[in-house]
Amino acid sequence: MSTRFRRGARSESMLLNMGPSHPAMHGAVRIMLELDGERILSSEVEVGYLHRGFEKTCENKTYFNLLPYTDRLNYVSPLINNVGYVLTVEKLLGLEPPERAQHIRVLMSELSRVSDHLTCLAAMSMECGAFTVFLYMIQAREYIWDVFEETTGARMTTSYIRVGGVRADLGPGWRDLLAKALSGTRRVLKDVHGLLDKNKIFLDRTRGVGEMSREDALSYGWTGPCLRSTGVNYDVRKARPYLVYDRLEFEVPLGDRGDNYDRYMVRMREIDQSLRLVEQAAAKLEDCAPEVMAQDERLEPEDAIARSRVRRPDEGIRLSPTLEGAEKRLTPGILSDDGRSIVPPKEDVYTSMEGLIRHFKFFMKGHGLRPPRGEVYHSVEGGNGELGFYLVSDGTDRPYRLHLRAPCLHLLAALESLIRGRYVADIIPTFGSLNIILGELDR
Amino acid sequence: MIEILILLAKIVGSLVWLLLLTLYLTWAERKVSAVMQDRIGANRASIRGLRLFGLFQPFADAIKMIFKEDFRPSFSRRLLHTLAPFLSFFFVAVTVSVMPFGDRIRIGGRTISLQVLDIDVGLLFVLAMLSLGIYGILLSGWASNNRFALLGGMRGAAQFLSYEVALGLALVGVVMVFPSLRLSEIVSAQGRLLFGFLPKWGVVLQPLGFFVFFIAALAETKRVPFDMPEGESEIIGFFTEYGGLKWGLFMFTDFMEIVIISCLTTTLFFGGWQVPWLGADGFVFPGGGTWALAPWAVTVFQVLAFNVKVAFFCWLQILIRWTYPRFRYDQLMDLGWKVLIPLGLLNIILTAAVLSV
Repeated sequence: MSTRFRRGARSESMLLNMGPSHPAMHGAVRIMLELDGERILSSEVEVGYLHRGFEKTCENKTYFNLLPYTDRLNYVSPLINNVGYVLTVEKLLGLEPPERAQHIRVLMSELSRVSDHLTCLAAMSMECGAFTVFLYMIQAREYIWDVFEETTGARMTTSYIRVGGVRADLGPGWRDLLAKALSGTRRVLKDVHGLLDKNKIFLDRTRGVGEMSREDALSYGWTGPCLRSTGVNYDVRKARPYLVYDRLEFEVPLGDRGDNYDRYMVRMREIDQSLRLVEQAAAKLEDCAPEVMAQDERLEPEDAIARSRVRRPDEGIRLSPTLEGAEKRLTPGILSDDGRSIVPPKEDVYTSMEGLIRHFKFFMKGHGLRPPRGEVYHSVEGGNGELGFYLVSDGTDRPYRLHLRAPCLHLLAALESLIRGRYVADIIPTFGSLNIILGELDR
Repeated sequence: MIEILILLAKIVGSLVWLLLLTLYLTWAERKVSAVMQDRIGANRASIRGLRLFGLFQPFADAIKMIFKEDFRPSFSRRLLHTLAPFLSFFFVAVTVSVMPFGDRIRIGGRTISLQVLDIDVGLLFVLAMLSLGIYGILLSGWASNNRFALLGGMRGAAQFLSYEVALGLALVGVVMVFPSLRLSEIVSAQGRLLFGFLPKWGVVLQPLGFFVFFIAALAETKRVPFDMPEGESEIIGFFTEYGGLKWGLFMFTDFMEIVIISCLTTTLFFGGWQVPWLGADGFVFPGGGTWALAPWAVTVFQVLAFNVKVAFFCWLQILIRWTYPRFRYDQLMDLGWKVLIPLGLLNIILTAAVLSV
């Protein structure tokens, strides 16, 4: 046989460039694959296509102004990012937000987690070909985002959590919306359990695919549902409780083998636990209900200003707050009353000299929110795992350094070892079940 | 002369039937999936404000595709790249010519069979044409000169080859039971009754054969859960480098395959145009009742029965497509070679055993 034939008979590997523009690459990640037929000999994952300099930008923004940037990190659960950042700053300031605000934060965080998990599983199942599951889950997410919209005024870029509390209280009809979201999500979960749990095709695609051992997961720095799917019981909400998590009841679902199916299952069960937490937080919110002002006590801003011009008001004038205009009832107890760290209420700004000065100082360059010198790390349980903010303050109104510990980065680092020796088709559920959010990973 | 005219009418008629059914299958697919997924589905296409549940949508789609740029990447092979979608389309469309739509009818002393071609190897012809269909996929994958398309083409070829075997084995049983390869004879044979009341349909005599055939046939249509060659989230598919009408042809071929597979299932396993207990003079029910019908009414019933059965199987395939996730390539091969082919062989042995007793 001639050499030419023998060379032809030996299979040569093919290089395949998956991404950055590829339907399953969640934004922009690039996987370079060396293929033998459909089998992956080796691969290289390249990130950075969505890098937009979050950390550096933050060094040039005041503590107050950089909050909206955190929305854009994990854009599927922006409220958890808000909470994480704000808790870090509060830790540095030594500030304790009011009880009601803390419960609202928990409520919003858990709803975000549900939306995060729903999106992840929806995308994963869609990429495996189960398009119906995708739409069911996205519909459940819509219910949850309706709650967000009603509360925060936005569906994705919420910027709702503020240093010292939250921006505004829950909307008037939130209980109905929440009930609808909860029942809707539960119904969808039931459907999805029925469609996927024992589906032979889905099991074949996910069972034993992308297996991760406990030790490897830990050494890669995995956290969150992916780590728990390998059986390691680590949840920031239990390990280092923040907000009021230590007072709420929930379980940490654990997996066993750390494969795609376990990651799917852990996420599904975490949604259940999060819904439990939401219900508990909603119930607690009733206990610490704010004093609602009577109808006639409220004043429109113009009236209040006019009244304060006639004579100095004897007692504090309470305006209708700003978020939803005059329609919204004023409900105190959602922001701490530390004058230096919160935007002063408009009723103070418009009616008293002290309020005006505080407002001016808060927004003036070089003043504003100035945490003491020092460095602090605080982490919350994000949708993908431990979402940590490391903050160095030099005493000015801007962070000296802000570092984000994005859980996705550590997950993606292990992708290469997860798909080596497997088929091209295995990349899809593996990548999907890791839930790579490029906004957070590349920052 | 009149013979040629009749033949032409049959050709045009069956093609129009196939194309219209396929067009409306795209609409049905969108509507059925929408109902399954709590959506509304296509309902915007309208003529002068007349929407009719989006029934004009397929035409809007067709017009859109025709007027899109006929794009061909510079690195592709011109001839093969252009040829592939047409091959794909042709080999599927041509199979409709042997499908029996109804029994022979008599008009003015002339006997006309409601079938374009009543050839004696009808079944083999269908299988051969469906197998040739893979050239479209293989060529599109190769000529696109794109690695994703190449993977898609290869997957398509491998899948077709392995499922073609299972398909063929499943049909051997049918041929043994109704000893003919002529589709019209297979259908006629299914008009008889078993034990005096049960229609002697293929599915009654060949349940296992039907099972194997239907799964293999689903794989032939290369849709979820067997959409390996496409796998839009993995390798985008063999038509990665196609756009406009050429892509539309591939898509259309997919839907046409559904119709053809439904026709074949109906013809081989569900009695074709046979209506249970309907003879040439009307219904003769097993209980003893009769309902005499004029010959034209019998024909209408038969053609209607064929269409209803085809529509049912189209609907069933849509239902399956929107319920299941996709197989992995090797699992698909496992199913084909390790499950369906042994089952097909077992079916042949069982059938032979029963027949010889």
